[in-house]
Amino acid sequence: MFEVFTDFATWLVVNVLGLSKETKLGDALHFFIEDTTKIFFLLLVMIYLIALIRASMNVERVRDYLAGKHKGIGYLLGSGFGAITPFCSCSSIPVFLGFTSAGIPVGITMSFLITSPLINEVAVLLLLSLLGWKFTLLYVVVGMSVGILGGVFLDVIKAERWLQSFAAKALERGKNTSQQKTSQTASISLKERHTFAKEEMLEIFGRVWKWVIIGVGLGAALHGFVPEGWIQEHLGDGQWWSVPSAVLLGIPLYSNATGVIPVMESLITQGLPIGTTLAFCMSTVAASFPEFILLKQVMQWRLLAVLFILLLTAFTLIGWIFNFLTPFI
Amino acid sequence: MKEIKVLGTGCAKCTKTMEVISKIADELNIDINIAKETDLEVIMGYGVMSTPAVIIDEVNVHSGSIPHRQDIEAWLKS
Repeated sequence: MFEVFTDFATWLVVNVLGLSKETKLGDALHFFIEDTTKIFFLLLVMIYLIALIRASMNVERVRDYLAGKHKGIGYLLGSGFGAITPFCSCSSIPVFLGFTSAGIPVGITMSFLITSPLINEVAVLLLLSLLGWKFTLLYVVVGMSVGILGGVFLDVIKAERWLQSFAAKALERGKNTSQQKTSQTASISLKERHTFAKEEMLEIFGRVWKWVIIGVGLGAALHGFVPEGWIQEHLGDGQWWSVPSAVLLGIPLYSNATGVIPVMESLITQGLPIGTTLAFCMSTVAASFPEFILLKQVMQWRLLAVLFILLLTAFTLIGWIFNFLTPFI
Repeated sequence: MKEIKVLGTGCAKCTKTMEVISKIADELNIDINIAKETDLEVIMGYGVMSTPAVIIDEVNVHSGSIPHRQDIEAWLKS
């Protein structure tokens, strides 16, 4: 189904530009053209279709649904909604406060917020098209597990102690008042769905296209210019320190999933172990300084530090476990 | 005169929302008093979770995106 993009890239590189695919430049360029055209096409088509379906989904409805749910299932639902609900990362603070003032425990809210950047429809699509369904499934399961377990852990250590005082008060108030549902579940006409989907498509595409170019560009450079076998030899699974290093390296590299997945593809085909790749990718996407500085408005330093260490530890463990399991899957 | 507040934590879309509303009000020659609200406690007080949100005379009329032109015109004329 995707051969057309390979053929197009071959035609452009070999016939139009007159480069051989055997040369480094030709190879890198081919990779770049094939992946960008494929990703752009998929993004436009799939974002539209997905948006059409989920036009009626928004954070207000998620909040009303989560409020008053039993804790045990709350984490799972929080994480699941985090994966499928769209919201701009600049909204994460209002979302946090909205959930909190509805009396939803901090852990469940964090399950939602941790999973949200890790898993979204764009990431899943890219993974499916570039790395296949097995890896995609693995990625989704691991991403949700980090969200769920992270949330449970934060509630176990009573993380709400370390909220900023106004947020803590809002949580207290929310717990004590019975919830009135505020969102209306108005039905949406097909035309409205189309408008929403079209806007969503243009909006998301406008936001992520440059990330795709950067990500694929890096991937292409790795693909064409890093000697075959170099990564495998130097960063293969032999060394225990390669995973924590990958996680640390991912922190200052702030990207969203769209940008980092093409790089992952390249790293894996170059022989970087799956665990190390996953750890690097998740750290790049989920642990970022800009996000943490935003969270400072609602959390005390102590909680931020706990959250940061929690994420780094989780990603390192994931890396080790998957490197260890790779021979068996 | 309408009191309009645009709630948001300072993202680009919030600034854009203010600009759009001011511009349309100018075009329609309607006097408005528009202000940006970035204080989290205040935003929380309106029960808003997705920004930018628009509050007109203390009523939340819109949230989550830059509003459409026809919506803005309808709010301003009403």
